[in-house]
Amino acid sequence: MVRETWLVFRRHMAISLRNPAWVMIGIMQPLLYLLLFGPLMEKIVSSTPGFPPGDSWQILAPALLVQLGLFGSMFAGFALLGDLRNGVMERLRVTPVSRLALLLGRVLHDTVQLLVQALLLLLVAYLVFGMRAPVAGVLLCLIMVMLLAVTLSSASYAMAMLVRSEEAFPALLTTISVPLLLLTGILIPITTELAPRWLYVLSRINPFAHVMDAERASFRGDYSVDGLLTGSVVLLVITVLAVWWGARTFQKENA
Amino acid sequence: MIEARGLARTFRSRGRNVEAVRGVDLDVHAGELVGFLGPNGAGKTTTLRMLTTLLRPTAGSATVGGVDLLADPVGVRKKIGYVAQGGGTAPECRVIEEIEIQGRFYGLSKADAVRRGAELAAQLDIEGLEQRLVRTLSGGQKRRLDIALGLIHSPGLVFLDEPTTGLDPQSRANLWEHIRSLRGEHNVTVFLTTHYLDEADSLCDRILVIDHGQIVAEGTPDELKSRLSGDGVSVEVPFESVANAAEIAGRLPGATEVSTTENVVRFRVPRGDTALPELLRALDAKDIAMTSIQVQRPSLDDVFLAMTGRTLRDAEEGHQ
Repeated sequence: MVRETWLVFRRHMAISLRNPAWVMIGIMQPLLYLLLFGPLMEKIVSSTPGFPPGDSWQILAPALLVQLGLFGSMFAGFALLGDLRNGVMERLRVTPVSRLALLLGRVLHDTVQLLVQALLLLLVAYLVFGMRAPVAGVLLCLIMVMLLAVTLSSASYAMAMLVRSEEAFPALLTTISVPLLLLTGILIPITTELAPRWLYVLSRINPFAHVMDAERASFRGDYSVDGLLTGSVVLLVITVLAVWWGARTFQKENA
Repeated sequence: MIEARGLARTFRSRGRNVEAVRGVDLDVHAGELVGFLGPNGAGKTTTLRMLTTLLRPTAGSATVGGVDLLADPVGVRKKIGYVAQGGGTAPECRVIEEIEIQGRFYGLSKADAVRRGAELAAQLDIEGLEQRLVRTLSGGQKRRLDIALGLIHSPGLVFLDEPTTGLDPQSRANLWEHIRSLRGEHNVTVFLTTHYLDEADSLCDRILVIDHGQIVAEGTPDELKSRLSGDGVSVEVPFESVANAAEIAGRLPGATEVSTTENVVRFRVPRGDTALPELLRALDAKDIAMTSIQVQRPSLDDVFLAMTGRTLRDAEEGHQ
């Protein structure tokens, strides 16, 4: 099955490398936020109480990585819908290939893609805006980003297998991802000082908010249990759940 | 090669049960070229998808290639090739990439897959296209690529779902040749579905006629046609002479199923070629002027009509 996962991974990488434009399009939104919204944050962060510790870039960059995930990896299912429509999935499912390999190869490809985009984004923040962050913290954050990619793309594939319609799918995704994104507090963090109680509570239910907090903590070099623990645990749990869900939809006996 | 008993599949759709396939029994022996003939919606594709492990039967059992379908679907997959109705290639892949990955999923090494791919490409008339992107291929080329992918691991049994639907006449004739040579030269057992009568008639050793999820007739094309009583004759006469003409036709030896519509008399007779001169002489003797006459050998459409009470075309329109 490992060999088969690798074959599926290579197939999708070959297709992506043939159309590198998609990688750039995926990165557009967070990049624009970084360039056009980021500078506004500097003054606000330094003069407003209630923000978490760290300079504005340390708060914004991890947030943009989550945004990249939510709007990038989450839409991975689209490619699957294409393969379902043109009969590729059906053809591959008649071969003895492991159904799990069909999922994991895709997920691996999406993770690599997100990693490349994340590195590009961080590079821009570093070079253009002088964002500084400890190397270990950044690496830890990138690991979290990769797990986020695994979670979101697996979930996306599961939803694509269930919805199967290229019209309904983006509608469904947007309905889910916009509230998730807003409740993560990516632009203005949702803290107890800044937000009304009800909003704060809602954001605590959102697992991505916790992941966000852990990413921000590692970005400013805070490796304490306080900062990282909740987020990491939540991340691992949702990763496992998402992959399990994806695997189940791929292994169903009724194509 | 294939043995199925009581295969059935019910779908739930909007709270109602749709019985797509209701109890299909079939036997296919090694080396046969068997056709599954029926209108759209008859259950052909559903049956095929059950036999190729894509769909789990809601009832019944089968062995495919000697392997139990329900107990060991992966084992079945190793033994069969399948070419779906619309094909299954990714537009953004190169031909060679599709060939390679298909071969490797069946356990071939990369080198074997490439070599086997080249062999099949030569046999199927798609050589030299290895580096092309799939989306640049013509419809006929894509279909032949689909078939090559289904055969990459040299299976003993291959399922073709509507292999020539949507192709131009030349590509169709071409593909028929390739399918015949599959069985002829390579001894592959072929199970195909079709809603084209000419295809079933000219390609298949044996035909299974399916309608509304059940097999309604089975046999070689000639056997099926000979179950009907002979050739069909239709004569066009002036409106006022129709009744007389019908009477005369009825008196021909062996004439059956005499019917009239407006100014046409139709009937069946064992030998159209010998009945014709007699008919003409008889009509002439009564001074009945014929405007046109037609003799038709029985067709599978007639078979379908006799078995199910409607023609294939009506059945298709009804399903839409």
